[in-house]
Amino acid sequence: MKDVFALVEHRQGEILDVTYEILSGGVELASKLGGQLTAVLLGSDVGSFTDQLKSRAHRIVVVEDDKLKNFNSEAYQQVLSALIEDHKPYVTLIPQSGFGVDLAPSLAVELDYPLTTDCYEIDAKDGVLSSFRQIYGGKVNAQISFVDAPGYILTVRAASFAVEEPGLTAEIVNVDSPLTEEIAYRKFVDYVEAAVGEVDITQANIVVGIGRGIKEQENLTVVEELAKAIGGVLACSRPVVDAGWLPKERQVGASGKTIKPKLYIAVGISGAFQHVAGMKGADTIVAINKDCNAPIFGEADYGIVGDLFKVVPALSEKLKELKG
Amino acid sequence: MDIIVCVKRVPETSESDVKIDPSGVCIVQEGLVFNINEADNYALEEALLIKEKQGGTVTLVTMGAKASDDTLRMGLAKGADTAIRLDDPAFAGSDGIVTARILASAIKGLTFDLILTGCIASDDWASVVGPALAEMLGIPHATMVTKAELKDGSAQVSRELEGGLLEVLDMKLPAVLTIQTGINEPRYASIMGIAKASKKEIALKGLGDLGLEEDQVGKKGSKTTIEKLTLPVQEKMAELIPGAPEEAAEKLSGILKERGLV
Repeated sequence: MKDVFALVEHRQGEILDVTYEILSGGVELASKLGGQLTAVLLGSDVGSFTDQLKSRAHRIVVVEDDKLKNFNSEAYQQVLSALIEDHKPYVTLIPQSGFGVDLAPSLAVELDYPLTTDCYEIDAKDGVLSSFRQIYGGKVNAQISFVDAPGYILTVRAASFAVEEPGLTAEIVNVDSPLTEEIAYRKFVDYVEAAVGEVDITQANIVVGIGRGIKEQENLTVVEELAKAIGGVLACSRPVVDAGWLPKERQVGASGKTIKPKLYIAVGISGAFQHVAGMKGADTIVAINKDCNAPIFGEADYGIVGDLFKVVPALSEKLKELKG
Repeated sequence: MDIIVCVKRVPETSESDVKIDPSGVCIVQEGLVFNINEADNYALEEALLIKEKQGGTVTLVTMGAKASDDTLRMGLAKGADTAIRLDDPAFAGSDGIVTARILASAIKGLTFDLILTGCIASDDWASVVGPALAEMLGIPHATMVTKAELKDGSAQVSRELEGGLLEVLDMKLPAVLTIQTGINEPRYASIMGIAKASKKEIALKGLGDLGLEEDQVGKKGSKTTIEKLTLPVQEKMAELIPGAPEEAAEKLSGILKERGLV
């Protein structure tokens, strides 16, 4: 029997969306492998989560322990490796999230299992596992094959699987925590919420986003002019914040804000997954980029392939004329 | 504080056109500019800042061919003290976990309080090496670190989670921290630093020096292999507006007006 484990990710009393996605992906994978899906729920006082999960897995293994109250990759690893040794799932799915990236590699090393991270698709044709992931910032897709192994660890990219309701009735299995003492060498202190800036980009109807293509801080005026002409606010992708050109609260993406404006204009943004995750909910998306192969054009409704330093000033002019 | 920084030389592809070579498992490297991996550059800067504040040493370690000497020399020019390059024909095709194994073998013999590396490599995008290395060395780790405050034998670190939420942790040292971009402002090397670094020796270590066997490394030792690369096919494609900048801008502003967006 080739069973699948999927780790339930929750934080501050809430199950994260990515959990439902990997459970859907897990049910599908388990059926391809002729096995069953087990949702693995670790935490303290998380028993009530099983209500939201029971229709989405064949089995829910619950380990409750005060030492699992807040995520700690070291504690999670100890529990998960004990469960894997015990149940021998063929594949263990973990979200590629802030928690998952901290946990999966060391777990794979401990178990001596093959690992691929950030998979967007998993194949199991004729029972042979292969995974698909993106490299070079999303510009290339890679198909990964594995050596024969007793089990595999895969982390799964958010939004890779559509959430389905398979209508299962999970058997709930409570397992005693194998943890004997607090992890002294890595202690959770606190969560700190992201700072709220003077401009809340999540509330704007029109957002102009800038990326690496802006090249120099001085060039910001070019897009500020466009934002002014169109009555929008300025936002950006990660490299602009890293360079210190705009504050963190202006960042759109997986590690920044999620925005749903009426109009989003992406200027000099290639459209890596991390950025797209934060803006794909915009009603209308316009992309301006010099690289016609940039992934952003696959997300946009309208695109102009060209030099932003020529296109953007021209667009600002035309918009000013329109508005009179 | 003695700090080891693991770095990697990668092609810069964010602004370039990427093509797949005839082998189907590599990209065409010709015409691409190579540089230190972006997140590793922030890790190096963090190490240099700690050294300036607390004293100690910074040792660079990389796995890579001769060309990676440039990356190491740039790090030495910025203020790192020593550099080690791990290279052997047998290393070719190593996956993330095997790369960590090779790095761990080299690091085991060194004295250190802290290991820093980038949280992600811009070529393989895997985020595997840092935490895998920590597991092999039997020390704790934290990934995607955006702040690290070091006290005697411990560190308080902030990790970046989704939506900009930070997780604050207390860690015992020695530990591996994988550094997120934006944590500091990486410096440029000075002309004098570059001149000095050009004379420094870079230690070179191969399979035998590291006490590893051929079947533990490279493609043989790796449990995962790139089977095939393909260029992504866009499921949908934007309506591209043709014409010179003024012409395209005029058409676009017309569309936006028509759709009531401006």
